[in-house]
Amino acid sequence: MTRGRTTSAAQHRLDLIAVVVAEPHADDPDADSTLSPEHVDIVGLCRDTPQSVAELSAELDLPIGVVRVLIGDLVDAEFVHVNRPVPPAELVDESILRDVINGLRAL
Amino acid sequence: MIFGRSERGKPPVEPVTLKILVAGGFGVGKTTLVGAVSEIRPLRTEELLTEAGRPVDDTSGVEGKRTTTVAMDFGRITLREDLVLYLFGTPGQERFWFMWDELSEGALGAVVLADTRRLEDCFAAVDYFERRSIPFLVGVNCFEGADRYPVEAIRQALDLDSDVPLLLCDARDRESVKETLIGVVQHAMAFQADRREAVTT
Repeated sequence: MTRGRTTSAAQHRLDLIAVVVAEPHADDPDADSTLSPEHVDIVGLCRDTPQSVAELSAELDLPIGVVRVLIGDLVDAEFVHVNRPVPPAELVDESILRDVINGLRAL
Repeated sequence: MIFGRSERGKPPVEPVTLKILVAGGFGVGKTTLVGAVSEIRPLRTEELLTEAGRPVDDTSGVEGKRTTTVAMDFGRITLREDLVLYLFGTPGQERFWFMWDELSEGALGAVVLADTRRLEDCFAAVDYFERRSIPFLVGVNCFEGADRYPVEAIRQALDLDSDVPLLLCDARDRESVKETLIGVVQHAMAFQADRREAVTT
């Protein structure tokens, strides 16, 4: 599936909560013969709702390492882009954390 | 040309994601805690270990075994359309600690779950987060049938720094878990404020 690759050249290690977003023009990954069915699945899952790397791994029942490589391929082919999480130390203002607290209270 | 996408409306919201780790010994209730607040049934994700595990994994007798699987359970809480919190239960076995490094990178904070009947099971986790300056609190999971101890006694037994919060919780109870998580975020805010002050002065 990854043709023996364990890392993806273009991608640094993707965090488990990095969010994969399908590009709007990635309408028909099926038509691309270089993609495996698993690639197509990833694009399909991310189309309506962006998905984290961890969710994709669980959903497709594939090890995280494999999912990372496949996502790297899709980024290279411009079917998806990845939003890396902001490290908490770099959250410039604390309003996001306040939002988290308020959000938890409201659950 | 087909404009198939146009009627699907706005592009999907790309959320900000944060993670909180849930650590502690085997059977202390990590997955239960995740399940109590997660909007999805806790999912399981796996990583295959190959040679990386060689030096620490005792493979004697099963030398033919090339891979080991390490599993992590996680849950999701969508706080707002554009703000999602993930909870990750850390793998229990100590030999999978290198996975913790990956998990803890960029983590907002952590809950160390403790069971008063087996307090020593969480020493390793407390030590781990202390060394890496990751804000954490200790949640004492109040199991039925376990003796209750005063908070101060538990604190002493764990040799906790005075600024590490310790609270009693019930990993099965949604409200209790919510309070615990709010505690983690509040502690993380204070922790970062302290750090910033330390840098600027």
